Amino acid sequence: MTDHQLHPETWVDRYADYLFNYAVTRVSDAEIAKDLVQETFFAGLKSATNYKGTAAERTWLIAILKRKVIDYYRKINSNKGKAEVRMGYSSQMDADGDWLEEQVADPLSILENDDIENEELGLAIQECISKLPKKQSLVFTLKTIQGMDTEDICKELDINPSNLWVMIHRARTALMDCLNKNWF
Amino acid sequence: MISCEEAAIICNKEQYKEATFTEKFKLIIHLFFCKTCSKFSKKNSELTSLCDKAHLHALPEKDKVKMKKEINEKI
Repeated sequence: MTDHQLHPETWVDRYADYLFNYAVTRVSDAEIAKDLVQETFFAGLKSATNYKGTAAERTWLIAILKRKVIDYYRKINSNKGKAEVRMGYSSQMDADGDWLEEQVADPLSILENDDIENEELGLAIQECISKLPKKQSLVFTLKTIQGMDTEDICKELDINPSNLWVMIHRARTALMDCLNKNWF
Repeated sequence: MISCEEAAIICNKEQYKEATFTEKFKLIIHLFFCKTCSKFSKKNSELTSLCDKAHLHALPEKDKVKMKKEINEKI
């Protein structure tokens, strides 16, 4: 078993997007997710001495983030008034018909699975992106995930369009390879 | 006739809906003759749909720089 070591100076580059994706799917708010990631890094730094090196850095950070998400929900639910329990059989109380039967989950529905699978897919893609060279992953993220214009990216990074497309091409080919290995 | 390199670049542009009409036309002709490129093109579209399906999120670079600075201060 190889021992792992912490490299806090590389955390943001390597794990920020991964953790952010994880958080955003759980709290559904980008601002809060960002704060949680930030807190996770700080908590990681604080307890770096407790890190035994048995788990990979990322696994360890995800474990901290999980606690942070739980803490977040605890905090927003502890406010008075929200502690009140409301019970109802249905969200549409005045609906006619066989109301209880209508609430039963559809056993044939695959929508829930889709959501779970999509989240795992997102994390798999994010992991592959983090393996790309820094410049490629930056260009790919800006273009694909943040949907920035080619022109704006070129201006910001001081490259020309054909440069950009070559980088996109390399990133995409590498991602296809990586996903072939890790996803399909 | 365009080369495979050019075809690949156009194919990538097409993934972001940035290929012009003439480029698209050239690509289609090329894909008709070139099996390697049509395979690549299919894989490329697959990657695009996977990325769409996953609803990826990313932290803006600005926030990352800020985060990095704050972490470095605490190390």
